[in-house]
Parts: sequence; C-alpha cells; structure tokens
Amino acid sequence: MRGFGRLVERWAVVLAVGAVWQLVTVRADEVFFPPLSDILVRARDNWLSGPASSLFLTPAVGADVAPSLGRLAAGWLLAVVAGVGLGMAIGLIRDLGDYVDPLVEFVRAIPPPALVPPFLVVLGIGTRMKVVLIAVGVVWPILLNTIDGARSVDQAALDTGRAFRTGRVRRLTHIVLPAAAPKIFAGLRVSLSIALILMVISEMVAANGGIGFTIVTAQRSFAILDMWAGILLLGILGYLLNTLLLVVEGRVLAWHRGARGRGEP
Amino acid sequence: MMATEPGQRSPASGPAAGDAPAPTTPPAPPTDAILEVRGLRHAYGGSAEPVIDGLSFVVRQAELVCVVGPSGCGKTTLIRCVSGLRPTEPGMIRLDGVDVRGVPDDTAVVFQDYGRSLFPWLRVAANVDFPLSRRGLSRPERRRRVGESLAAVGLEHVADRYPWQLSGGMQQRVAIARALAYGPRLMLLDEPFASVDAQTRADLEDLVLQVRADFGVTILLVTHDIDESVYLADRVVVLSRGPARVLAEIPVDLPHPRDQIATKELDAFVHLRGEVGRLVRRAAGGSAVPGATVGAAGPAAG
Repeated sequence: MRGFGRLVERWAVVLAVGAVWQLVTVRADEVFFPPLSDILVRARDNWLSGPASSLFLTPAVGADVAPSLGRLAAGWLLAVVAGVGLGMAIGLIRDLGDYVDPLVEFVRAIPPPALVPPFLVVLGIGTRMKVVLIAVGVVWPILLNTIDGARSVDQAALDTGRAFRTGRVRRLTHIVLPAAAPKIFAGLRVSLSIALILMVISEMVAANGGIGFTIVTAQRSFAILDMWAGILLLGILGYLLNTLLLVVEGRVLAWHRGARGRGEP
Repeated sequence: MMATEPGQRSPASGPAAGDAPAPTTPPAPPTDAILEVRGLRHAYGGSAEPVIDGLSFVVRQAELVCVVGPSGCGKTTLIRCVSGLRPTEPGMIRLDGVDVRGVPDDTAVVFQDYGRSLFPWLRVAANVDFPLSRRGLSRPERRRRVGESLAAVGLEHVADRYPWQLSGGMQQRVAIARALAYGPRLMLLDEPFASVDAQTRADLEDLVLQVRADFGVTILLVTHDIDESVYLADRVVVLSRGPARVLAEIPVDLPHPRDQIATKELDAFVHLRGEVGRLVRRAAGGSAVPGATVGAAGPAAG
C-alpha cells in the first residue's frame, strides 16, 4: 500500500498535467489539439489492440516500432563499442591523446543532424544510413566520458595493480574499466537520448518506415490523432529505454553509489 | 656499508662519506639475506638533489625490520624502490640475490592509503583473491587461500561485504590479508597504520606480529612512529633526512610474544625508544643531543 502511495505521489504531477491537457483540449475543441483521451484510444487501437497470442501487439508494432527500435539499438551499441574502445585507447596512451584531442573536440561540435545530407548521398535512405547516423551522432559523449574516465583512474589503484604484477589485459578489464565505469555510464545516458532524437530525424528525412515516418505521414495526411499518438509513443519509448539503462546502471554501479554514499573516510 | 651482524650494533656514523658504495668488491651479504639494499640512490625527475643517497641495509629471512625516520626523509620512496614501483639502477636492490628489475614476483605491498588501494568495486573476498589470478592456482586452492588469509586477520565474516562498508582498521586488515594470500617472500608495509585511530593501530600492530609468528613472513615496515618501530621490530633502521641514509641499525632484543602494555613497561623498551627517538630527532635536524649514545640499551642478544 505504501509502495502504491509513493507511486501515485511520483506520478501525481504527470497525471495532473494530463488532466489539465484533457480539460483544455476538450473545451477548446481544436482540430489540431485533440483531447488526450482520444489520443490514448488511438494509440491503443494502433498498437495495443492485437490478439492475446501476440501480447495484444498489433502488426503495426512489427512494421513501425520494431524497425525503429532495431536501428536505435544497432546504432547505439555500435557507438558504445567504438566509444569505449577508442576512449580507452586515447585515454591510456598519452601521445595518442595529444594528437587526437583537438580533432575529437572539433568533430563533436558538429550537430549530428547536419550529417544527414552527406550520409544520404553516400549511404542512401536505407537502414544502413540510419544506423551509421545514430552511431556517429551519439559516439561523442561516450568517447569523451571514457577518455576522461580512463585518465582519472586513481593512481593508488594502478599502483596496487602494478605491485601485484597485474597483466595488461587484466589491468584494463579489471581496474581501468570498472574505475571508469561511472563516467562511462554518464556518457551512455546522454548518448541514449541523442540516439532517440537521431532515430526520429533520420526516419522523418529518409522516409521509408519507422515511428518518425509514421508521424510525418500522419501529419501530411491530416491524421492528427495518429500524429499525436506517434509523439506520445516516442515519449513512452524514450522513458522506458532510459529507465532500463538506469536499472542496468544501478546494478553495475551499485558499489559506486554505496562507496560514494559513505563519503571519503 | 657493512651489513650488520645479528646482535651487533653498527656505529651511528651519521651520513659519513664512508657510506658511499665502495668501488672495490662489496662485502658478501649474509647468506640468509632476502633483501639487500646497497648504496641506493634515488632522485625524482632527473633532479640533481637525491632523496636517497647511499642507503644500505639488509633484511634477513623471517626478520621484521622497521625503517624509521623523520617525515619527508624518503621512506615511502624507499618502499617504492624496493617494491619495484620506481626504477632503480642495477645492483642497488637485490631480492634473494637477484637484481630487482621491475616489480618482483615475490613481494607484496600494503599501502598506507587502504581506502584507495582496495578496489571499491570488488567485495572483500574478491579483493583478496585479485592478485592470485596470476599464480596459476586451481579455483579451490584460491578459495582456500582467501579463506585462510581472511581468517588470519579475523575477517572471515565480512568476505561478502564491500571494503567501503568496513571501518578503516578493517580495510587495512583486508589489505594485509590480500598481501598474505599472495604468498610473498617479502612483505612491504608503507606507513600502514598512519591513518587509523590509536586503539585500532595497537590492534593492527599486534595483528602484524601474529601474522609474522603464524606464517613466518619476512617483513619490511616503514613508519615515522618510534614506539611502533621498537614494539614491532627485530631490528630498527633509522634514516637520516635530505638525502636519506642509514643513521643507525638498532637490534631490538625484546622478548616475544610482545604485549602492548607489558612490553612497553620493560626497561629495555624504554631505553630503545629513547635511543631511536634521539636518533630520529637528530635526523630531523632538531635540537641535536650530543650524548645520543647508540648501544646504550644493554647488551644485545644474538
């Protein structure tokens, strides 16, 4: 009961905003701002009115949502692997860092959506372009945070590793990586939200499927309810993905929260 | 510099020129020497002013040697050189007669800063197990060693906790257990109890003596605490400052087992403490006591 109460408390603001939205839109009776209840019903019809055998999901989920999420996951994971791998190398090899730092700072200053035109030319409008765009766009926060993390590993931890003759690989995987993990995760969170943005942008620009495509198509055919339902769906997906990452982070970095909670001895 | 025979006081010659490494063949080290430091010289970053210059002493099998000296005299640098964390020139440090090049296989270090030298992402047992990965041991053997080492420091019951969930004294016990599990020929402790409270410090001192008695480990312990050095050691090496050299080697012939109260009441303890204290004060460049007699603590036992 107390858990339920806390849940209500946490969601009270969301519910209140939803209620206000509902009241205002019903009174306004605007074509372009339909009542929230209508949007929710449409969203359910579109994606959650399928047979029980497929967990109530409609075929539209497989057609629109799944490809979007697939591209998002592929692009983001690619960026995670590249960002952490390169970040470790740049962070640990000082000479390499000296050469690469200015370049990294410059390239990351380019807004990723600006890369859509050249990528369209080189990679076409297919899935490949979208995955690469997401990967290139979101790799920077991961890369920079990993570099920072790898550079700021406590000297005492490194000395301990050396004093016990820890091998190179083990030092990397068992000392540097866990020590840098809190910073890396901060990068992962930022990059995940950027990945969602780039997913939508790429689907709106190079239209051949996905949630972004659905929203643009709906808007162009004056299917206002479908458009809002798509936007709502994006919000929900973004929230769920971030929550999922936070859960993983909470598990992986439980030690960090605990150690920090105690403060410095 | 002569290696002191057991039970023989080396004269407190001070930073005499004669301490410089002899160009002729140095005297043969005692056969049971584990660690030989010979004419160690160390300067940071190419600085002309060495922190350590012409430092020589020996640690024998199963001996507990305390190095004591005023703060900033280069004690930590000495430990870092001996442990191979700082490079030294060939011939300056030998372990089992072999030149130390890089970090040796058979030394374990207990750092002063336990809070940073234990890995916060590993539980206590995993921290103790960490250095064992390269020992080529079977999993059950590793588990046995970890259990045994944690039992030796009285911490079996916190094996599944994280280091940061423990008090400072307990964390340093974990660090000692980790060094012990590694099975070193020589255990190096760098001001291990400098950041714990007095009671914990006394407990940890007794733990070191206990571990030494149970496992027969050879220990080199660096401290700035004169009482601690005399209480723990078989031999106290007093360092001078700027640059660090051996000011005197003082055998400590107090009976074992030692006791925080009874041992410190002994006349011999009081004398030794005074002797070491005067030397350290002299080394610190404080008021020089002319009569800082060395060897005033009664006859040295063999």
